[in-house]
Amino acid sequence: MQFTRRETLALGAGAALVTVLPFRANAAIEDHVAEFTGGAEVAEGGVTLTAPEIAENGNTVPIEVAAEGASAIMVLAAGNPTPPVATFNFGPMAGAHRASTRIRLAGTQDIIAIAKLADGSFARASQEVKVTIGG
Amino acid sequence: MKLKALTAMAALLVAPAAFAGGADDDTLVINGEIEMTTKADAPEHMEGTGIDQVISGWHFRADETQQIQMDDFENQGMIFVDQAINTWNTAEGSAGQSCADCHNDPESMAGVTATYPKWNEDAGEVRTVQMQVNDCRVNRMGAEPWPYDAAPAINMEALIASQSRGMPVDVAIDGPAAETWEQGKDIYYTRYGQLELACASCHEENYGNYIRADHLSQGQINGFPTYRLKNAKLNGAHSRFKGCVRDTRAETFATGSPEFVALELYVKSRGNGLSVEGPSVRN
Amino acid sequence: MASGVRPRVKVPSTASAGETVTIKTLISHQMESGQRKDSEGNTIPRSIINRFHVTFNDETVIDVKMEPAISTNPYFEFEAKVPESGTFQFTWYDDDGSVYEDSAEITVG
Repeated sequence: MQFTRRETLALGAGAALVTVLPFRANAAIEDHVAEFTGGAEVAEGGVTLTAPEIAENGNTVPIEVAAEGASAIMVLAAGNPTPPVATFNFGPMAGAHRASTRIRLAGTQDIIAIAKLADGSFARASQEVKVTIGG
Repeated sequence: MKLKALTAMAALLVAPAAFAGGADDDTLVINGEIEMTTKADAPEHMEGTGIDQVISGWHFRADETQQIQMDDFENQGMIFVDQAINTWNTAEGSAGQSCADCHNDPESMAGVTATYPKWNEDAGEVRTVQMQVNDCRVNRMGAEPWPYDAAPAINMEALIASQSRGMPVDVAIDGPAAETWEQGKDIYYTRYGQLELACASCHEENYGNYIRADHLSQGQINGFPTYRLKNAKLNGAHSRFKGCVRDTRAETFATGSPEFVALELYVKSRGNGLSVEGPSVRN
Repeated sequence: MASGVRPRVKVPSTASAGETVTIKTLISHQMESGQRKDSEGNTIPRSIINRFHVTFNDETVIDVKMEPAISTNPYFEFEAKVPESGTFQFTWYDDDGSVYEDSAEITVG
């Protein structure tokens, strides 16, 4: 197998993108998650995140989070200049542990919900929202 | 490579059908109570336009946006209606009077928005709701007039509109209003700006299609004032006209100008038969 | 931002004992994110409501930490248990120290 110089360069650049970009984007998110969980393991599932697949306007995107028995649910927007969106802490008088609100998204990105469940464990859900007009 | 090109072409062919920007078939009921007419037979004067059914802009929006308008506690436009109720009850100006002193409750305004803009015999001109409000402020209250489409004016217009929700738009286009209406019609069909676009180019000939990433509606104003997700406040019809004309890369008319008053009357008359929806919620 | 802020809350006026009720709230607020610039290119400083707290008879229903990503005119919908008649107390905390309050009574019959 032989590569031309141009192909080699392209491969190198591609590899750099694959390794560097996700790592850099995720680092801030993982810091926020670790702060919330205290470094505990986070399982997929156990928390529901509802958001539109395509947001009509990034300025006002309706979302809903729910996790049975959760004491708190944190919401992050991975692609915003500052990822934290809100943390919902449920008290003894909460009914079903769910909440909806409207959020700003700077562009197409993943929304992440991390719930602290009744047994002290953590659950995670994420969904991509496509934004054609940024908020 | 040939296969790829074919696939791309197929995708292009399928795209318009899959992502058509047309009106949906949902039903608009506010608070589970107020049933809205959001599609109606086009009024007689629209014969020859190619439009036989007039459709509220609500039908061109995503389900999430539609939902916000269906409940007054989700409709962020209603916070400004609340603010206007405060203003309604507050005395202002040299006469020390409030709106409530003459007009009692805001409910007394039911039906007003359905028939405005309207010919005012004494003034000898067609007047919008905001012009009439300012007439009250200046001549009866001795207060400063509100700048056109500024927050207090548009909030008051929304409060007044909300009293007519569900009533059919029914503006008069004949008699003394006919001349203004004709002027508005002329503006509607005049191409403006470097892009040489008339209102009709988009909202009559191309509603249901996409303009960039957005749906083109019929440009109905039965839902004004409208809370736009874009700027998170109430927007007046004249401000929306201004935005459209600006987008054609033209010098625009001013809010409250005689040109936009005429255009408001004409565009509103294209929605005769649709329910008053203000304050509606749009993109 | 203290002027013109007006909360709206929707709570059913009656419920049966132990019922779960849905509550909706809306408040007018610019929620200036701190990301925007004015016409001269200067950053407009952040000014948001940073916390929303709801209690029923002095016990917490929900306590929300709010960030600049919450949209202008914040809206919340959530559920509360109503074991007895009582009062919901709603409190919004502004960056500038202002506190906006509202309350609603519910009767268990």
